[in-house]
Amino acid sequence: MRVKLRIKRFDGEGDREPYWAEYEVEAEPTDRLLDALHAVKWYQDGTLSFRRSCAHGVCGSDAMLINGRNRLACKVLVKDLGERITVEPLRGYPVIKDLVVDQTAFFQKYESVKPYLSPEGEPPARERLQTPEQRERFDDTTKCILCAACTTSCPSFWSNPDYVGPAAIVNAHRFLFDSRDAATAERLAGLNGTDGVWRCRTVFNCVEACPRGIDITRAIGEVKKALLLGRT
Amino acid sequence: MPASYHQFEAVIVGAGGAGLMAALNLQGRDVAVLSKLHPVRSHTGAAQGGIGAALGNMEEDHWEWHMFDTVKGSDYLADQDAVEILAREAIETVLELEHRGLPFSRTPDGKIAQRPFGGHTREYGKAAVRRACYAADRTGHMILQTLYQQCIRNQVKFFNEYLVLELLVEGGRVAGVVALSVADGSLHVFHAKAVLFATGGCGRIYQITSNAHALTGDGMAVAWRAGVPLEDMEFFQFHPTGIYKMGILITEGARGEGGKLFNGRGERFMEKYAPTLLDLAPRDIISRAIYRELRQGHGIEGKWYVHLDLRHLGRAVIETKLPDITDFVRTYLGIDPVEAPIPVQPTAHYAMGGIPTDVWGRVVFDEKNKVLPGFYAAGECACVSVHGANRLGTNSLVDILVFGRRAGRDMARFVAENDFPPLPRQPEESALRWLSRLREGGNGGAARRVSVGELRDTLQGEMMDKASVFRDGKLLTEVGEKLQELKERYQEATIQDRGRVFNTDLVEAIELGFLLDVAHTVAVGALTRQESRGAHSREDFPQRDDKNWLKHSLAYRTPSGGIELKYKPVTITRFQPQERKY
Ligand SMILES: Cc1cc2nc3c(=O)[nH]c(=O)nc-3n(C[C@H](O)[C@H](O)[C@H](O)COP(=O)(O)OP(=O)(O)OC[C@H]3O[C@@H](n4cnc5c(N)ncnc54)[C@H](O)[C@@H]3O)c2cc1C
Ligand code: FES
Repeated sequence: MRVKLRIKRFDGEGDREPYWAEYEVEAEPTDRLLDALHAVKWYQDGTLSFRRSCAHGVCGSDAMLINGRNRLACKVLVKDLGERITVEPLRGYPVIKDLVVDQTAFFQKYESVKPYLSPEGEPPARERLQTPEQRERFDDTTKCILCAACTTSCPSFWSNPDYVGPAAIVNAHRFLFDSRDAATAERLAGLNGTDGVWRCRTVFNCVEACPRGIDITRAIGEVKKALLLGRT
Repeated sequence: MPASYHQFEAVIVGAGGAGLMAALNLQGRDVAVLSKLHPVRSHTGAAQGGIGAALGNMEEDHWEWHMFDTVKGSDYLADQDAVEILAREAIETVLELEHRGLPFSRTPDGKIAQRPFGGHTREYGKAAVRRACYAADRTGHMILQTLYQQCIRNQVKFFNEYLVLELLVEGGRVAGVVALSVADGSLHVFHAKAVLFATGGCGRIYQITSNAHALTGDGMAVAWRAGVPLEDMEFFQFHPTGIYKMGILITEGARGEGGKLFNGRGERFMEKYAPTLLDLAPRDIISRAIYRELRQGHGIEGKWYVHLDLRHLGRAVIETKLPDITDFVRTYLGIDPVEAPIPVQPTAHYAMGGIPTDVWGRVVFDEKNKVLPGFYAAGECACVSVHGANRLGTNSLVDILVFGRRAGRDMARFVAENDFPPLPRQPEESALRWLSRLREGGNGGAARRVSVGELRDTLQGEMMDKASVFRDGKLLTEVGEKLQELKERYQEATIQDRGRVFNTDLVEAIELGFLLDVAHTVAVGALTRQESRGAHSREDFPQRDDKNWLKHSLAYRTPSGGIELKYKPVTITRFQPQERKY
């Protein structure tokens, strides 16, 4: 099928403002949008820039705004997007070039929740035990690939860039509900501040946006509940 | 723009499992990690099925059995001293990962869960054993995340989206690297006492592959250009179950959980090829079996694929133990593996060969294993060799971590004992020249413009058609000649993007150069090795030939850019070569 791509572009040097460019490519209905972007880049216009690597939705490189929704270009098929497809960079971060945004602030938020296991005492000789039920408590939030689709779809983040954002809360949840972790009080205190979890207004955009199907609002709800109870 | 200069005791190139593990073992030293991708985008994150270690959590198991399976799986080409280390240290490595926070799937009594994987057996081949430790089917994702998180905790210094272009060698020692910062197009010289390459694989030399776009063999090519040989490059693994046409991997764990392969006549064809292990035979054997079936017209409806059937496992097992691949199949094929079999074909997956190293990750460059001081390699870009002619599933994750850690530890020792070597004069000069040639185009002018995309397509198609699962002398000769021609045309390659900021057109052109060099070593190695062993299967030389070919190949760059092959012996300790049957 013939597909028309309308891509929001930005040079990143000089003083040219962002502009729209249009391309037409031939695509199989089952092609990924990423394949169509490659068709542009490889055979029509090499100056188009975007990030990508794995091409099957696991590395988190190519989140972008596609037909008005945050998705991974490699995880949405052309046939599900129609013959006219609009592609823009993620909202809320500075654009470096075309579809590439600067994610420094995103990763700073991630680091701010201390995303690493903080267990009590020395490790045992063998593994720390954890039952399948205990493991299940945080299974969903281990799936996050840090693509930033959720955070950049969140109106609370748009209006306040200091808000820690759904992705960081998801990763805090992953450790808060891990039975091996002992830093609960510290983690909860960090999320209780003015830019913490209470900024979430349960708009659900993040759940829509997550390419990994993580039930983000539920995870945030569990963190809020833990804050109210003072424990997980 | 002049280059910026940096100085670090140790520079690690690559932030996948191998690079990060090395970084964590260089604590207290002055270290920089350079990566062309943000670390969490590295391809270790795509690993699905598991990491092998004889924990014995589900049933009796021993590292000696793991060692034997690995040696046999390698078709006896692996160095057995290294395999012994791999199998022994796998156990403490997996426990270390757990201690560092990795959320493994668990047994009912809370231990790390394990599942069967191809070629892993008990009692030296009697039956399949559960040895693969896993976190659902996103084991690599959890490994990469856990290690990156530990790096955050330990405040490791990263230079993200830095593409390493050249290795600096001065006075017989490695002195650093030259890198391009993709974000702003600036050039950087990193002066170091020791450099580790952990740049991953090169699956993009083939058209159908499970490998990420970024896996273009960079570290291998950069080392090779600096005079280091590449070892055993003719051995490239095709994984039997890639999604038809796309190559996206369906983990062997799917067969570990009980999935079965069927041809177009509804036959479980593996009964013919590996009567004991069936669908859990090693990958080289199954990929060849599938190709044979396909060539006989036994594909599904005569097409170039067979079926992987999971339906009998039931929805619960499929969705909880294999959630990611279930999602892939639903997304990309529009079918539900709970209700329909999955169309699969072999997909280019893993380079057994690479930069030769000893068991401490030190790069060795001649037939006597002489060390190039200060240069280290680990992970898929390296060849220790623990995989020989064919890698077993789950053994790469072990390899990257066991030898990533060893390399890190030995580098810590090396940088403590040694001063900085001098830098070569004008270290950035040749990189600058190279970049401006690519930016400005070849000598031929506009009339002879050659597109990077087109050259890459030709390369990948040639390699797929003529140097993949089955090979023969005639086709390999053709590939070799074609590659020569492509390398010449590459000299005229041009890019459209003349900008500095995030110029991925330039990045891809550089990567194509790496791909061409690496592919060339594969093709020439394969043409020269006149036997069939592991993943290297010559139809004109169908037998393994231990008398003449039980040896590692070393592909050197000649001054004119060609390839010269030398050989070195295999280390055999416990297990004498036997016929390989499953
Ligand atoms: C789909 C898939 C599933 C797999 N499943 C399994 C499994 O279940 N079990 C198993 O054991 N193995 C598995 N493997 C194999 C295994 O995942 C890889 O071999 C392994 O992860 C490689 O790790 P690495 O650290 O060597 O490289 P990678 O993780 O690929 O990292 C390479 C790093 O090098 C950097 N880099 C590359 N070139 C440059 C450059 N020029 N300059 C700067 N940086 C550079 C990249 O940015 C990246 O950070 C799988 C592989 C694939 C493709
Ligand atoms: S390219 Fe990896 S998530 Fe899309």
